[in-house]
Amino acid sequence: MSARLKARWRLALLCASVATLGATHAAWADDQRASRVPPLPEYTQECASCHLAFPPGLLPAASWRRIMDNLPRHYGTDASLDPALTRKLAAWLEAHAGTSKRAREQPPEDRITRAAWFVREHDEVPASTWKLPAVKSPANCSACHTQAEQGDFRERNIRIPR
Amino acid sequence: MKPSKRSYGIAALLTMAAMLWSQVQAATPAELLAGYSTQAGIAASAQRGEQLFNATHGKEWSCTSCHGTAPTQGGKHASTGKPIGALAPSANAQRFSDTAKVEKWFRRNCNDVLGRECSATEKADVMSWLIGLKP
Repeated sequence: MSARLKARWRLALLCASVATLGATHAAWADDQRASRVPPLPEYTQECASCHLAFPPGLLPAASWRRIMDNLPRHYGTDASLDPALTRKLAAWLEAHAGTSKRAREQPPEDRITRAAWFVREHDEVPASTWKLPAVKSPANCSACHTQAEQGDFRERNIRIPR
Repeated sequence: MKPSKRSYGIAALLTMAAMLWSQVQAATPAELLAGYSTQAGIAASAQRGEQLFNATHGKEWSCTSCHGTAPTQGGKHASTGKPIGALAPSANAQRFSDTAKVEKWFRRNCNDVLGRECSATEKADVMSWLIGLKP
């Protein structure tokens, strides 16, 4: 390969990686925006008694539907609500459910923490950190994401407890 | 006479207040305890309530799994670790102040701990113990 061709090849590769990075970043930015839908007051009131009011954009509509159809058997606890409120929350969750490529996946057991993107984003977190009493469960977003309650999961606001 | 803008405003405010009132169903711990005791038909026993609260009932969790052994202090959700405010009204004025909320949590939590709904006697017993706790 001539030196000129090599240089062109390198330039093409560089452009391709920049474009991929850009696209990934754009998708990520979409998810970040989606995670900041102003929460429905009833959603926060009912769901955040036991766990973070997870941003609706982190699961696809089909997952939310199954979760809301099964509140009396909600991951080992009875989280039942009256039918009218269940319908209202379900409609809101489905309307704001994730639609981006990564959020469209229906994760096993409809657990956000089992989604491929979640596992990938957290692959550098050591097993010992997950077991800390201050963390306890991967669903405990606020243990490290200090602004999770505001729907902000940005890198700069992560503080991993020791 | 055409109704003024202000009278529309007042009507709207009154409607909203009525709606809020019907949703909140405000009550005091003593009123709720009296209600459950009447339903139960026997006097509430704080001692029985304490036993029910601390014991397991054939399932993994007891009330203490989430509420802790000292209800004048807060607890932590047994699976998520989320902090839970103190349950004793003397330590937390918001407790037992809303009929619908109390009913909702008794329904869910009795199901998690006992695998069934609690009877009026059981609710009265637990409430009577909690109301008597001093911080």
